[in-house]
Amino acid sequence: MKVLSYDPELCVGCYICEETCSNTWFKVTDAEKSNIRIHEDEDGGLSAVFCNQCGACIQVCPTEALYQDRKGIVRVRKKLCVGCLSCVGFCPYLAMFYHRDQTEPFKCIACGKCVEECPADALAIADVESPAQ
Amino acid sequence: MSEKTQTARRVLAEYTYEPSPSERGYTGQTLYVNLSDNTVSARPVTDVMREKFIGGRGFGLWLLWHGVNDHTKWNDPENEIVISSGPCGGTTQYAGSGKSLVVSISPLTNVVIDSNVGGHFGPLLKFAGWDALEIQGKADQDVIVVIDGPGGRVTIEEAPDVPVDTHLVGHWLVEQMAEKEEDRQFMSVVSAGTGAEHARIGCLNFSLYDRKRKALRFKQAGRGGIGTVFRDKRVKAVVVKSPPVRGDSNHPADRDRIARVGAKLHKEIHDYDDQQNRMRRRGTSYLVQIMDDYDLLPVHNFRYGSHPDTPRINGDVWEQRFTQGLPDGCWYGCTMACAHAVDGYTVRTGPYKGQTVILDGPEYETIAAVGSNCGIFDPEPIMEMNFYCDTYGIDTISFGTGTAFVMECYEAGVLDKEKTGGLELHFGNADAAIELLHQMGRGEGFGKIAGQGTHRMKEYFVKEFGADPRFLQDIGMEAKGLEYSEYVTKESLAQQGGYGLTNKGPQHDEAWLIFMDQVSNLLPTFEDKAEALHYFPMFRTWFGLCGFCKLPWNDVVPPDNSQTDEPAKIPEHVQNYVEIFSGVTGREVTKEDLVAMSEPVYNFQRVFNIRLGHGRRDHDDIPYRSAGPVTVEEYESRAERYDGQLQDILGLDPAGMSTGEKMAALRKHREEQYEKLKDAVYERRGWTNDAVPKVETLKKLGIDFPDVVAVVERYL
Repeated sequence: MKVLSYDPELCVGCYICEETCSNTWFKVTDAEKSNIRIHEDEDGGLSAVFCNQCGACIQVCPTEALYQDRKGIVRVRKKLCVGCLSCVGFCPYLAMFYHRDQTEPFKCIACGKCVEECPADALAIADVESPAQ
Repeated sequence: MSEKTQTARRVLAEYTYEPSPSERGYTGQTLYVNLSDNTVSARPVTDVMREKFIGGRGFGLWLLWHGVNDHTKWNDPENEIVISSGPCGGTTQYAGSGKSLVVSISPLTNVVIDSNVGGHFGPLLKFAGWDALEIQGKADQDVIVVIDGPGGRVTIEEAPDVPVDTHLVGHWLVEQMAEKEEDRQFMSVVSAGTGAEHARIGCLNFSLYDRKRKALRFKQAGRGGIGTVFRDKRVKAVVVKSPPVRGDSNHPADRDRIARVGAKLHKEIHDYDDQQNRMRRRGTSYLVQIMDDYDLLPVHNFRYGSHPDTPRINGDVWEQRFTQGLPDGCWYGCTMACAHAVDGYTVRTGPYKGQTVILDGPEYETIAAVGSNCGIFDPEPIMEMNFYCDTYGIDTISFGTGTAFVMECYEAGVLDKEKTGGLELHFGNADAAIELLHQMGRGEGFGKIAGQGTHRMKEYFVKEFGADPRFLQDIGMEAKGLEYSEYVTKESLAQQGGYGLTNKGPQHDEAWLIFMDQVSNLLPTFEDKAEALHYFPMFRTWFGLCGFCKLPWNDVVPPDNSQTDEPAKIPEHVQNYVEIFSGVTGREVTKEDLVAMSEPVYNFQRVFNIRLGHGRRDHDDIPYRSAGPVTVEEYESRAERYDGQLQDILGLDPAGMSTGEKMAALRKHREEQYEKLKDAVYERRGWTNDAVPKVETLKKLGIDFPDVVAVVERYL
């Protein structure tokens, strides 16, 4: 299955991925509406938070709003979502996000838009056998 | 699932309305249904209701107060059943925000009972347009009440074909009325059962549709016999249908504020529940072993606090039994998820023998009530009784505590096989206990007598069997007519008050102070105890005004909680509630305000009891079993503890005393302590020495309405 992958050694911290993501999915430039978040630690090191499609959130969803599609990507069925944010608190990677402008949470579905725009080739779509657990 | 049954549903009354959406947690209207004359109407939520009574239990008390008179009894037509969640009820982001409070005049206590319950009814009622449902009157035939939010229609309908027992009626109605999956999800049914027709200890079941199991589940408003009132009014079920629930169905003032604390608590539960109480895996059953370890688990009618066989029914056992890995919240977004179930349970006795059902629970109270307290240390009969109590509409706590009393009477010779109609009700006889329950369901035999509750059994055994009234008073674990819930309080004076100095009777949802008092010794003086018996009942009342569950408040705690000034209050979580209440209603409050908001309601309830002829000092008396050892064997089982207390506290030398003398000395001391506790608590609460709220207290709290003041003035 195909998931997003990230190489901190190559990342230059330009945050173009965040901009691209929020523009793609929310039509605005707003890091708080991005499905990928780049963090800089105290030592200047960079890391990225995004969904690795492990599916832990599916178990805690009370309404079957979260599911894995045919390609193994975890998706949010907005129509069924009651906005409880259980998935946000239970994501082991803190990769389920929410924003005041909508009740449903959102996440990376490995669409690859950020990969196309990343100037440092720090992001890629990787083919993995199974999602990380 | 069965085929949809096409049954004629004859409408007796129809009311159409334009559903008013929830704005900042309120729809602004309550629904009034009168079953005597088949009238239905909308009533406005007034400013006084909103400001002083908040919602939930507060609305229930206010509406009931205006519906009854000073002499109303539980089975008078003017008695009401009021169901209301509260302004924060229906919030999906914060764990435990879907509770309903049910208020009525109790057939057990003849005063007001309030019982809190999970399930989806209260929130869906609100999203169908109503802040509360008020049912008054009595139907002359069995009826159902249907509140159809999307259709804007309320009906009272004849219901001859509708079954009565909960696991049948809920399913039956949902199948009748749901067109598609989504309809099931946004419907909820309130029902009782056949047992509630015959016993005073009837409960209500509130359904929730479990989307992952594709089935209905039930939570219980157990306490005080409201199910009995429900069937006395000849209601088989109340059904609500709401529009689909969304993350902002409450239309809160500040959604983001709620989301932030909600997501934070989800994370906290994710990170710490496994190390703390394992609520997500075993629910409240985790308490069984802890209570046993501290000698607090009721065993053999509260005689003892522990038993060697407890590991056979403790949380480890239930963790194995409960289906794991499902989101077992009783409302959306409750990641504490304590509403566990045993899937695929095959019923082994009674009318439903052989049926495979989803068994809801058991929870701690049920395990202790029908298990250890009755000397039954076997999960199988505990599950069987849990199932039948729920479907018959019988409160597991009152059933268990009452049966334990019967068993002690049996062993003490007050009862025998002849008097019980052949039931050998020794401690540990699970088959006899189950048959007693079936008799309650059928309204037959000794089960019918036991179903009247412990208070009335005492009177009956004295009158019919010549039993010693003092002995029965000492061992019958009821106060105000309500059976005790499942904690041994002998070594915690504060918790004796936590049970005794309540409004509704001995239920632990007002105050649970045993660890603070007995284990941590944080309440050494009467003043300390009185302060705790002011703060905690008020604080816990607040949950029931707003639609919250108590469990996420302190059944998980932040890792640094013990470093805070007042760990028992869980300060960070109290602040979460401040954020949510303010975020939903737009009414800015502080931590201190929460208690201040509860005080008017709590005092109003006390005045209500007084209005109904109870609620004064002597009504706060407790059976001696809850304060100390009644029997010689009880004393001797913990002789070292009691002898030590005689020596250390009373300066007596136990060596020279008989057990009888020692018991008498201990009893005198403990009973005096309880009276002193009453004095201190009444003073702290602003009541007279006769437990009557003073006029100045009512004024201070802003509830000095003329009819309220008139009640207390009779006793000043």
